[in-house]
Amino acid sequence: MSIFIGQSTRLLVQGVTGRDGSFHTRQMIGYGTKVVAGVTPGKGGELFEGVVPVYDTVADAVRETQPNAAVIYVPAAAAVSAIFEAADAGLGLIVCITEGIPVLDMTRVTPFLHERGARLIGPNCPGLISPGKCKIGIIPGNICKPGRIGVVSRSGTLTYEIIHQLSGHDFGQSTCVGIGGDPIVGTSFIQCLSAFQADAETDAVVLIGEIGGTDEQQAAEFVQRAMTKPVVGFIAGQTAPPGRRMGHAGAIVSGAEGTAAEKMAALERAGVGVMQRPADVVPLLKERL
Amino acid sequence: MNLHEYQARELLQRYGISFPPAEVAATPDEARAIAQRLGKGGAGRVVVKAQVHAGGRGKAGGVTLANSPAEAAEHAARILGLTIRGLAVRKVLVAAAVDIASESYLGVIVDRAAQRPVLMVSPAGGVDIEEVAARSPEQIHRLGVDPRYGLLAHQAIALGFRLYRDVTQVRAAADVMQRLYAAFYGVGASLAEINPLATTPAGRLVALDAKIVIDDSELGRRPEIAALRDLSTEAPAEERARAAGLSFIKLNGSVGCCVNGAGLAMATMDLVKLYGGAPANFLDIGGSSNPEKVVAALEIITGDAAVKAILFNIFGGITRCDDVANGIVQATTQLSLKVPLVIRLTGTNEAEAVEILTRAGFSALTDMDEAVQRAVALAAGRP
Repeated sequence: MSIFIGQSTRLLVQGVTGRDGSFHTRQMIGYGTKVVAGVTPGKGGELFEGVVPVYDTVADAVRETQPNAAVIYVPAAAAVSAIFEAADAGLGLIVCITEGIPVLDMTRVTPFLHERGARLIGPNCPGLISPGKCKIGIIPGNICKPGRIGVVSRSGTLTYEIIHQLSGHDFGQSTCVGIGGDPIVGTSFIQCLSAFQADAETDAVVLIGEIGGTDEQQAAEFVQRAMTKPVVGFIAGQTAPPGRRMGHAGAIVSGAEGTAAEKMAALERAGVGVMQRPADVVPLLKERL
Repeated sequence: MNLHEYQARELLQRYGISFPPAEVAATPDEARAIAQRLGKGGAGRVVVKAQVHAGGRGKAGGVTLANSPAEAAEHAARILGLTIRGLAVRKVLVAAAVDIASESYLGVIVDRAAQRPVLMVSPAGGVDIEEVAARSPEQIHRLGVDPRYGLLAHQAIALGFRLYRDVTQVRAAADVMQRLYAAFYGVGASLAEINPLATTPAGRLVALDAKIVIDDSELGRRPEIAALRDLSTEAPAEERARAAGLSFIKLNGSVGCCVNGAGLAMATMDLVKLYGGAPANFLDIGGSSNPEKVVAALEIITGDAAVKAILFNIFGGITRCDDVANGIVQATTQLSLKVPLVIRLTGTNEAEAVEILTRAGFSALTDMDEAVQRAVALAAGRP
C-alpha cells in the first residue's frame, strides 16, 4: 500500500505541452506512472511523445480515458481555473505544482473541492511519490527508495535532502507527500498523518514543517491523540526574521504566531522526535523503531 | 507588500469609506501649505503622521497634533528626521484633526486554518490589536465569512451591535464593514484594517487610520497596486534581487548563503546558527540553474561588507548540479571574490559538477553539515 496514489493511479496532465509540463511528464512516464491523457486547450487531437492523447478540455479527457488523478503544471494565472476544471470533471485527486496562486482565489477553490469530494495536494508543492509505484509531480525519483517510512512536508528541496538521508541509510519510503508552501493548501499535515497511520505499509512518519501558521501545532495535537506510529519532525526557519516572507508565501511569522520555537515545542510535547538538523532524521528514527 | 497609510486610505475611499481630508507632504513647507488648506473650512488643527511601514508610530513620536500651520511645519520637520524601527521617515500625512468620543477596530484577514476570510471587530480600538488580543481577548469578536456569498448584511449588523448601542451607528458600522470586506477582495489584500474607526462627539463614524497588506501573488494581475510599491523602504540589495528573480532577505550575520529552494535555504541558515555562525541572508535561487541567476546572487551577497564567507548549498533534483557549477565558475571569473567560497552540491549530475569545480580550482563537498561547519569556521577567520 501507499497513501493517495499507487499502481492503480491513472494520471491526467494539465499543461502537458508546456515547458515544465512536458519535461516532467516525460520524467513521470519514465518512472512508470500511468499517464493516460494530457490537456492543453487548442491542442486536442495531438499525441504527446507519440503516445499520450491530448484533449482540449478535462471533461473530454475524462470521458475518453478514465483518469482518476490530475496534475497541474500551468502558469499561476491559469492554475485556479485548472483546479476548478479538474474538480468539475469529477477527478478525486488533484495535484497542483504551480506557485504564485493568490490566497483569496484559494478561499474560493476550497469549498468547491469540498462539495465535490475532491482532494487537492498543493498548490506550490513538489507533488508526491510512492517509490517504485507511481510519481506525480517533480520529486526526483532517483533519490527515493521503496520502503516503510512516510514523509510529509511543506517544502521541496528540503524534503529531497531528508529523503536523501533516509535512502542513504536504507530507510526506504512508502509515500512522500509535499503538501505545499502556501498559506492555504488542499491537504493538511493531519490528513497525511491520518492516512499514514491507516496505511499497513508505513511504520513511521517524518514530518517537515516550517514557520508560519499553526498547521504543525495541530499536527502535534493529532499525533498525541490519534497516532500509534512513531513520528519525527523538523521545523525550518529558526533564524527567520519575524514579519518577512521566507520564499514560500506561507512561511511568515506574524505577530507572536508561527515561530519555529513554538512549533518545535508543540512537537516535543506530543512525543515527536524533533531534529536539530536534517542529518538527525536517521538516528531519531532508529531510536523509535 | 505593505502599503503606506495614505495609500491604504486612498484605496478604501474608492470603496466608499470616509476619512477626514488629508494630503501627503515630503517637506515641512508642504506640510504647512496642506495645514493651511485644510484649516480653511475647519478649526485649523491637523494631525501630522509619519508614513512608514512600522507599527508603534505613535509611541516613537511619529504622530502629533498641530494647532496651526506653523506648528504643522515644525512637527513635520521633526518627524521627517525620524527613524522608526530602522526605517527612515520620508513622507508625512497631514490630516484634519477630528474630536474623538470613542474608538473601535475593524479588520479582515485570511484565517489559514479555517481557509477563509475572517472579520475581526473590537470596541477597544485605537491600540494595536495584538495587544488587545493578549490583554483582553474577550474584547475581540470574530466572524468567518463564506467567500462565495461575502459578508452578509445581517452578519455585519450583528457584529455592529458588539460595538455600538445606537442602531444608526450599528448600521453605519455594518456599512463600513461590508465596504472593507469588498475592498479586501477588490485589492487582493492579506490584511485590511481600520483602526480606529472613531465616533465623533456628534455620533458620526469616521475612519482615522488604515492599514493594508497586499498578497504578493496578486501583484502580477494588479499592475496599479504593484505600482504602489515604495522602493525607498527596501534594502537596495532586496530590490536588485527581486529584479533578478531571486528571493532574498538581508540579515546581519557573516555567512552569505546561496541555496536552491526556500525550505532548504531556511534549514541552511538554521544550521549555520547551530554551528555557531550567523547567516548574512536568506537567498533562494529557485528551481532554475540559469548561470545568470548565480552571477546575480553572488553579486548581491558580495555587496554586503559583513560577509566573510559564502556558502552554496545545492540539492540537485530538477536543478542540475553541473549547471550550477558552471554558473559558479562563470560568476567567479566575472567577479573577483575577496571572501572564501564553500560549495556543497549533491544530487543530479553531482559527479560532473565536482569535476567542473575541481578543474576551476574549487573544492566541492557533498555533505551539508560538513559544508556549513567549514563556512562558519572560515567566516570566523579559522582555516
